[in-house]
Amino acid sequence: MAGSGNAHMRAGADRVLSVHDLVVEFPVGRGQRVHAVSGLHLDLVRGETLGILGESGCGKSSAGRAVMQLPPPTSGSVVLEGTELTGSGGRALRRARARMQLIMQDPVSSLNPRRRVADLVAEGLDIRGEREDRRARVDAALRSVGLDPDTVRDRRPHELSGGQCQRVCIARALVLDPALLICDEPVSSLDVSVQAQILNLLEEAKERHGLSMVFVAHDVAVVKNVSDRVMVLYLGKTCEVLPSEGLHVRAAHPYTRLLLDSVPGQENGDAPGERAAELPSPVDPPSGCRFRTRCPWAQERCAREEPQLREVGPGHHVACHLVE
Amino acid sequence: MSEPLLDVEDLRTTFHTPRGDVHAVDGVSLRLEAGRTLGVVGESGSGKSVLGRTVMGLVSSGPGVTVSGRVSLAGQDVHALAPAERRRLWGPRVAMVFQDPMTSLNPVKRVGRHIDEVLRLHLRLGRREARERTVGLLRQVGIPEPERRAGQYPHELSGGMRQRVVIAAALACGPDLLIADEPTTALDVTVQRQILDLVASLSRRSGMAVVLISHDLAAVGGRADRVAVMYGGRLVESAPTSRVFGAPRHPYTGALLASAPRLSAAPHSRLPTIEGRPPDPADPPPGCRFAPRCPRAEAVCRGGAPPLLDLAPVGGHPHEVACRLPLEAESTEVGHGR
Repeated sequence: MAGSGNAHMRAGADRVLSVHDLVVEFPVGRGQRVHAVSGLHLDLVRGETLGILGESGCGKSSAGRAVMQLPPPTSGSVVLEGTELTGSGGRALRRARARMQLIMQDPVSSLNPRRRVADLVAEGLDIRGEREDRRARVDAALRSVGLDPDTVRDRRPHELSGGQCQRVCIARALVLDPALLICDEPVSSLDVSVQAQILNLLEEAKERHGLSMVFVAHDVAVVKNVSDRVMVLYLGKTCEVLPSEGLHVRAAHPYTRLLLDSVPGQENGDAPGERAAELPSPVDPPSGCRFRTRCPWAQERCAREEPQLREVGPGHHVACHLVE
Repeated sequence: MSEPLLDVEDLRTTFHTPRGDVHAVDGVSLRLEAGRTLGVVGESGSGKSVLGRTVMGLVSSGPGVTVSGRVSLAGQDVHALAPAERRRLWGPRVAMVFQDPMTSLNPVKRVGRHIDEVLRLHLRLGRREARERTVGLLRQVGIPEPERRAGQYPHELSGGMRQRVVIAAALACGPDLLIADEPTTALDVTVQRQILDLVASLSRRSGMAVVLISHDLAAVGGRADRVAVMYGGRLVESAPTSRVFGAPRHPYTGALLASAPRLSAAPHSRLPTIEGRPPDPADPPPGCRFAPRCPRAEAVCRGGAPPLLDLAPVGGHPHEVACRLPLEAESTEVGHGR
């Protein structure tokens, strides 16, 4: 997508999450709507990490949040471990929320500055009324993210560095023993050396707790490093889904190629670049393929017909008329 | 070697805070010739932004701040000038581009006025003449339909377009030196590339020198002639770009390069990390500031600050390193980027 279709969905298997035809729209007045996510399909096998890659405004964060029902999507279905989440509310949703946890971009602003680390980590337990072994579970969670419980337990967020705050956020998520972790740009506000620590930590946590992850980010190298499969979004539509192994060589969609050529140090002087710099408005997205206004190879057909996701290799699906 | 455009000697910027003196920039010396691009790389708190602002003269001695050392720009000592004289340097001699294009533009002022103002103030142009020049500048930085865009407000432009406007304003008086402090950090990768390409081509065309400040080694890599790496307020390494990426000699530079994920690496590969935290600027460790986190550190490293020495072979471009136990010259690192 910048077309549509669900050819990349896998049958059977032990699926933790499956999302069908997810649509997220926000009213912006005068009867107009921002089309943040338009008909997204994705599935996640136990223990798998799906990377969602795209630039600002591509709908990657909206998609991650819609899975969490924060806020619920405009339409579509989100099934977590066999439970349909869209349309369910109240107690059922609250129960499901413990099974999926969100790690956000800015760790400092996502922690309440007035509360102590131990209470921040225990918040989920308190909400669920799980009082048993509260302290032991909090300590175990802190230890599992590489923090010394005796040192940090009584600190407040401002006494910690950005990297340590992100560790607290991860501990907060892990203490509830979730099945699914949704990470929305978890390292983009951190320094390079700290970013490496947090990425390693997420990998370890995933292995130890048997987690599945949706990893939303704009940095190709970071996404490739943590993911098994990568989904590329543009203006709310899927461009390409492919295994992260060999991604930089196999990627076929013109938009994925543009992202790869823009990675510093990877600049390719021969690349055709792009046509116009401006991202079209998500209020009134282009007809046909949404990427066509920036695509150097766009043809008349691209404006008329929306490309469907097609398999071009094992586990590799592309929505582009021009990719063989 | 020609007379450098910018000559910084033993620059120290100290902020006096209730917690004690913070040595944000602690004895930095560097030179930059006209038409050249210097990359200044460091993590948050390394002092790279304060260095940029002190060179510009935006930070100068006053209540709470002490600046010592010398910043000489085209033969003029920036910090010896009276404030009014220093203001006359800003624009025609040196200009600065900041990280966030939204906060560096006034939201209630039309785009064109930001640039008209610079031209009328510094070059004493008339209203009509200034607007003509403004439209030309907007066109030069790649803004489509510059006449219409000049009449719009900043919020009507995308982040990349806004940063182009900021660059156009900085270039309005044809500065000899452009200091760009994280000019692309707030922007998308595809836009980042366009903006860095733009600065590079403007520098080539006009012979303007550029100081490119960034936390991202790779972003600076393709654009700079030399790269200076900062840590804890000091320069730890300064060398031609290809040497910094191909054969870093300071253990910090090596570790920083290794910790960035690479596109060519297999998925799920563990990243080498730098243990510990950057030094507390109010209470830095004695000796080499990287020593507490450095796997190679020995007793000698904790003794006194290591001097910045040139390790390049005779006749080569200087490769300065502040380390008593530098990495071997033949490093395994090949190429730059990820």
